[in-house]
Amino acid sequence: MGRYVIRRLLQMVPVFIGTTFLIFVMVYALGDPVAAMFGDRAPDPATAAQIRHDLYLDHPLPLQYVHYMGQIFTGHFGKSATGQPVTELMGTAFPVTLRLTLVAFAIEAVVGIGLGLLAGLRRGRFADSSVLAFTLLVVAIPTFVTGYLLQYFVGLKWGLANPAVAEGAPIGDLILPGIVLAGVSLAYVARLTRTSVAENSRADYLRTAVAKGLPRRRVVTVHLLRNSLIPVVTFLGTDIGGLMAGAVVTERIFNIHGVGYQLYQGILRQNPPTVVGFVTILVLIFLAANLLVDLLYAVLDPRIRYA
Amino acid sequence: MPELTDPKPLTEATVAGVAVPAAPADPQREKARSLAGDAWRDLRRKPMFYISGLLILFLIVIAIWPSAIASGNPLACDLAKSQMGPTGGHPFGFDTQGCDVYTRTVYGARDSVAVGILTTLGATVLGSLLGGLAGFFGGIWDSLISMVSNIFFGIPILLGGVVFLSVVKGGSVATVTLFMVLLGWPQIARIARGAVITAKQQDYVQAARALGAGNTRMLLRHILPNALAPIIVVSTIALGTYISLEATLSFLGVGLKPPAVSWGIDISQASNQIRNAPHMLLWPAGALSITVLAFIMLGDAVRDALDPKLR
Repeated sequence: MGRYVIRRLLQMVPVFIGTTFLIFVMVYALGDPVAAMFGDRAPDPATAAQIRHDLYLDHPLPLQYVHYMGQIFTGHFGKSATGQPVTELMGTAFPVTLRLTLVAFAIEAVVGIGLGLLAGLRRGRFADSSVLAFTLLVVAIPTFVTGYLLQYFVGLKWGLANPAVAEGAPIGDLILPGIVLAGVSLAYVARLTRTSVAENSRADYLRTAVAKGLPRRRVVTVHLLRNSLIPVVTFLGTDIGGLMAGAVVTERIFNIHGVGYQLYQGILRQNPPTVVGFVTILVLIFLAANLLVDLLYAVLDPRIRYA
Repeated sequence: MPELTDPKPLTEATVAGVAVPAAPADPQREKARSLAGDAWRDLRRKPMFYISGLLILFLIVIAIWPSAIASGNPLACDLAKSQMGPTGGHPFGFDTQGCDVYTRTVYGARDSVAVGILTTLGATVLGSLLGGLAGFFGGIWDSLISMVSNIFFGIPILLGGVVFLSVVKGGSVATVTLFMVLLGWPQIARIARGAVITAKQQDYVQAARALGAGNTRMLLRHILPNALAPIIVVSTIALGTYISLEATLSFLGVGLKPPAVSWGIDISQASNQIRNAPHMLLWPAGALSITVLAFIMLGDAVRDALDPKLR
């Protein structure tokens, strides 16, 4: 197990470098951060050169990247467009987005697996067809449309929830945005669980479990669900990164000041430290979640042995 | 990320329940018929295939020839009519700029459908080429291509889109498509790689090799036809999600830009006025949702037909 973890960590290194380098190149090489600082005015060449020198922008791109990564690993993320250190922005933004993501993740996992199990166990019957139709509809309507519709009806017309999230983002306010954020993934989880459950309910070990007289509850939870969850867990793990990225849209609709909001501000004001810093952290979270999923396999499926 | 040598968990996850690859279910029943012929027979029995097919046909027709059902000009606006409700000759009312919502909704189909189809073509060709090569030749090619696709996978597509497109500042169908192909191909490549590896291990492929078939013949004659099914399924479903992604990017202000007519742009502009004039949001949002739904339904029908295991 220990050796496996180390090997997986080593495999993550090129992916991490590649991903962050790609983002770094997109932001630094394709845009002009110095010109962006001056807005519409043309910067004085000497000042511009000085700023370039201070920000390490007068070096070749790979060197800039190495320098930037060195700074990041010592905790220096640079300054945002407003002059605030990026780490400070992260300190306020990440807890908010993390809460939103967790709310969405909980909804996605519980409702998604629940619906999938229901549909998988009642294959071809009414419950199954309704779950399929529902998920089809949810996948088809883009997140931002669902977001505005729910905000309009649930928040404004019926007054069941706050249409916008209050400062500090209390959990109660995050349920509606959480549903919106979870929507599409929830549908995928439900469909994936359904397929997996339907496939496994024909397995030999399940027939054995039923034949030896185990109660249905035990057959479903221990034998069927545990084995059916393996592909679902993969999806859930890889989806954490997707949820945090999807927060860009959801946070904009519900006016939540989280990662998506800060990232969007950074892009609008062409502030590379904000964009690259936030994206780097997001990529790290994404990779860590994937590693966690791989390790979870061993718990769910004892047949998998890590050498 | 799961082990590269084990493509199954992620491929399944990415396409939400498409089992890879398609294996004929009942060998006695389908002795003489090919997989494609069988799938076609199955498709023709499905009402969902006809509904989505007709919808898509209609969409393509109005994408090519929008003036057939909308006589107005989507860019001809009259501020005096700002946010007015439906009137005679203007069934959907007007938006904030006083443009006719019906005409704009009809004309909005063109760019959405174009981006969706072009991206699917690009991502499918690039993805199956690279994924297929990785799966067929293995070794260094496999490691290299898998690493590159892992790097692209490391960037959530929406995040990458916002960063990339905000820097490039294109706002045209070409730039948006280019970017979406760039971030979309690894998904297809994974499926293609898995499908080719499975096909490669089949006895008939081994037999062909033993009979002295060259690489080209093996790939084109034996592996491609058998690896095609999962790729077609994923591509069809992806088409719907690409259209949805384009609208999302346009909504965020980094995708297509005015004067382009796009549902995403219209929804974004309508979103501030949802209290005063919900009709501005509902029509383009409805058109967008139905379009995405049509393509996903078609993908579902094709999957059921091509993957008898799920029946």
